[in-house]
Amino acid sequence: MTEQTKPRRPRLDLQVLGPIIALAVLIVIGALMNENFLGYGNITNVLSRSAFIGIIAVGMTFVITAGGLDLSVGSMAAFIAGCMILAMNALVPMMGTGWSTIFAGMAIALALGLVAGLANGLLITRARIEAFIVTLGTMGIFRSLVTWLADGGTISLDFTLRGVYRPMYYGGILGVSWPIIVFAVVAIAGEIAMRHTSFGRHCAAIGSNEQVARYSAIPVDRVRAWTYVLLGILVGIATIMYVPRLGSASSSTGVLWELEAIAAVIIGGTMLKGGFGRVWGTVVGVLILGLIDNLLNLTDLVSPYLNGAIQGVIIILAVVLQRQKKAER
Amino acid sequence: MGLDVSGDPVLSLNGVCRDFGQVRVLHSVDFALHAGAVHALIGENGAGKSTCMKILGGYLSASDGAVRHNGQDTVFASAQQAESDGVVMIHQEFNLAEQLSVEQNIFLGRELRKGVFLDHAQMRKQTQDLLDRLETRVDPAARVEDISVSDKQMVEIAKALSRNARVLIMDEPTAVLTNREAAVLFRQIERLRADGVAILYTSHKLDEIARLADMITVLRDGRVVAHGAGAEFDEDRMARDMVGRDLTNLYPDHDGPVGQEPVLEVENLTVPGLVEGLSFNLAPGEVLGFAGLVGSGRTEAMEGLMGLRAATGTIRRNGQPVTIRRMSDATQVGLGYLTEDRKGRGLILSQGMRPNLTLLALRKFVRRLIDRRAEEAALDTAITEFDIRAPHRDVAVGNLSGGNQQKLLLAKTMLNAPEIVIIDEPTRGIDIGTKQQIYAFIRTLAEQGRAVIVISSEMAEVIGLADRVVVMRQGRKAGELTRAEISEDSIVRLAMGLDGKDYAA
Repeated sequence: MTEQTKPRRPRLDLQVLGPIIALAVLIVIGALMNENFLGYGNITNVLSRSAFIGIIAVGMTFVITAGGLDLSVGSMAAFIAGCMILAMNALVPMMGTGWSTIFAGMAIALALGLVAGLANGLLITRARIEAFIVTLGTMGIFRSLVTWLADGGTISLDFTLRGVYRPMYYGGILGVSWPIIVFAVVAIAGEIAMRHTSFGRHCAAIGSNEQVARYSAIPVDRVRAWTYVLLGILVGIATIMYVPRLGSASSSTGVLWELEAIAAVIIGGTMLKGGFGRVWGTVVGVLILGLIDNLLNLTDLVSPYLNGAIQGVIIILAVVLQRQKKAER
Repeated sequence: MGLDVSGDPVLSLNGVCRDFGQVRVLHSVDFALHAGAVHALIGENGAGKSTCMKILGGYLSASDGAVRHNGQDTVFASAQQAESDGVVMIHQEFNLAEQLSVEQNIFLGRELRKGVFLDHAQMRKQTQDLLDRLETRVDPAARVEDISVSDKQMVEIAKALSRNARVLIMDEPTAVLTNREAAVLFRQIERLRADGVAILYTSHKLDEIARLADMITVLRDGRVVAHGAGAEFDEDRMARDMVGRDLTNLYPDHDGPVGQEPVLEVENLTVPGLVEGLSFNLAPGEVLGFAGLVGSGRTEAMEGLMGLRAATGTIRRNGQPVTIRRMSDATQVGLGYLTEDRKGRGLILSQGMRPNLTLLALRKFVRRLIDRRAEEAALDTAITEFDIRAPHRDVAVGNLSGGNQQKLLLAKTMLNAPEIVIIDEPTRGIDIGTKQQIYAFIRTLAEQGRAVIVISSEMAEVIGLADRVVVMRQGRKAGELTRAEISEDSIVRLAMGLDGKDYAA
């Protein structure tokens, strides 16, 4: 073997470029098909709507990188939204219809996200149950709880409060709406955490080989539980941004969000079996999914009802393209 | 060995070259396997043995030159095709489906049928016959996951036998076997040889080669440097040819002072079901050997000490009692542990050298964020200090040779600056040149005033390295030998429980 140890030139491989190329192609197609596509209004709309899934997907990237999975996030969001609205409504007589009530609601959402994530994390690490099973269970529990809280109908936020809270979704600074700002902050923080902190390194180590992680003095259970707590908190944040959009929650809130989030993570190049994750890829994945949805709505080439089918094709295609080339023979 | 190997070879490499990208790893290699002969292929890690074997077994293609099978130029399209032509390779890392039973594994892909249904009775019977031939007492219905490593090796061999192999390529089959199991394997190899099977055998254990080989080919840096009948080589010549220089003093001198005050006292260490009441002391500047049979609880004891297994007992560090519940507690009081299972527990094979190197001591590289430049500098230091030879810096650790992986694992452990270093099987599956480097390194650690524990199943290693030896048997300490008392005989007596009896029998 040779002894040269100079750094290798960075390769321009499909794994890195694939998602970016796909995104670029989508943008070009969109711009050609509809002149409003690149307009301020449409872009803001797409990004704001993608922000909920995006915030959750950033957290999901850590869970998947550490070799886990969380199917409960959609139901968890619905449950948190329901609880948050009920709590705020209940606080109105005491605290009035100002921001103090809303801040209290936000605190409750974050706390609930933390507790729900912790429950998932502890069941997985302490009770040693498969993540798939645990979160399949909690998915059903959260979904059922929100349906029960809403008595099968809809939980609506106090009308005055709704007016106060509305700018949280529709307003912003310098023309950038709050959900986009929050998504950007979460994504950047996530990218830094994944690449430049011990936590990110430990997640990748655990997802690659849990035994090596254990033998490297990494507190495997604690790190793994933390990924679920982090995701729970991010679900709380996403819910905080989501509630002012409609001002209500029902049993159909957040349906299939978990799959969209997982799909975005995978499209972005994170490995489903763990060991390698990249947050920027997840952001690209979220944008790809959001743009497809938007394109189908803007153009009448394909029925919007086929959105799911197209997303499905993209997910499968992404994984096929990203599969590492078999080692040369 | 008076075997006639002048006839036509069954399988041969003729002027075979192999490139990986820009790097040529085999330079015009000639190598021939004859029916009814064992041909040993030896060389240091990275000499090109694995590449040769993979080309013969159909896992890799030659970049230049020809592979001849029964006199015909052949290109095996895949390992499956090679297998169906009777060329079977037994890997060091097993190719067994862990969740399936022994029997299901042996017949995997060529299950016997009765009509559309599987013929379980017949498969069970044939499996049992094969295992009996191999003197292996493993249940055909046992899940592979649940059987021992050495049994897995036997199952691999049974699988090859069941495929009527005419050419058998064995990649360090004894690396994970006990001496008794190895003896069974040698009998099998002799039987296969008598049946006219051509066998390629590799091992780092030169005494095995001397015992088994009809022919020996020595590779160094991808070239054949020596070739001849087995009788022409003794172990010294093999080692010399492999390394390309004389290997005097494989084991370094013991001349550093050993301290009086113990840095570590372990009392009554018990790992439920595996280790019972183990007590020992460790002094600075000392290399303490742990000997015993495979399964005698040495690894488990150390893992218990390191907080990697639930354990009870009293541990004193420099006279102060310490509590170790998890591995981070152990590293905090200056203990470091190198696992025997470097591929499964030591290194992340899919990642590069840098993240592997710093994983254990990552906290030292965090200044708010991970300081990548400091990490790169640490890698530079490690590459020089431990003589790690990698094709390039970003290579996935899984593509390094065993010796270089072991050096990286050493570097990883030492990066945390432990004062007490526990090394479990320091040279398993490693060539003799690297072994010498590692032995010298272990001695240097002791001379620096650190304390070292070496667990080894290689008797020569324990004898050559240790200042004092603890021998374990069935989870208990069978005895302790001072420098003057250490000998193969005294260790074996304790390990086997032969106190007072004559071992020579």
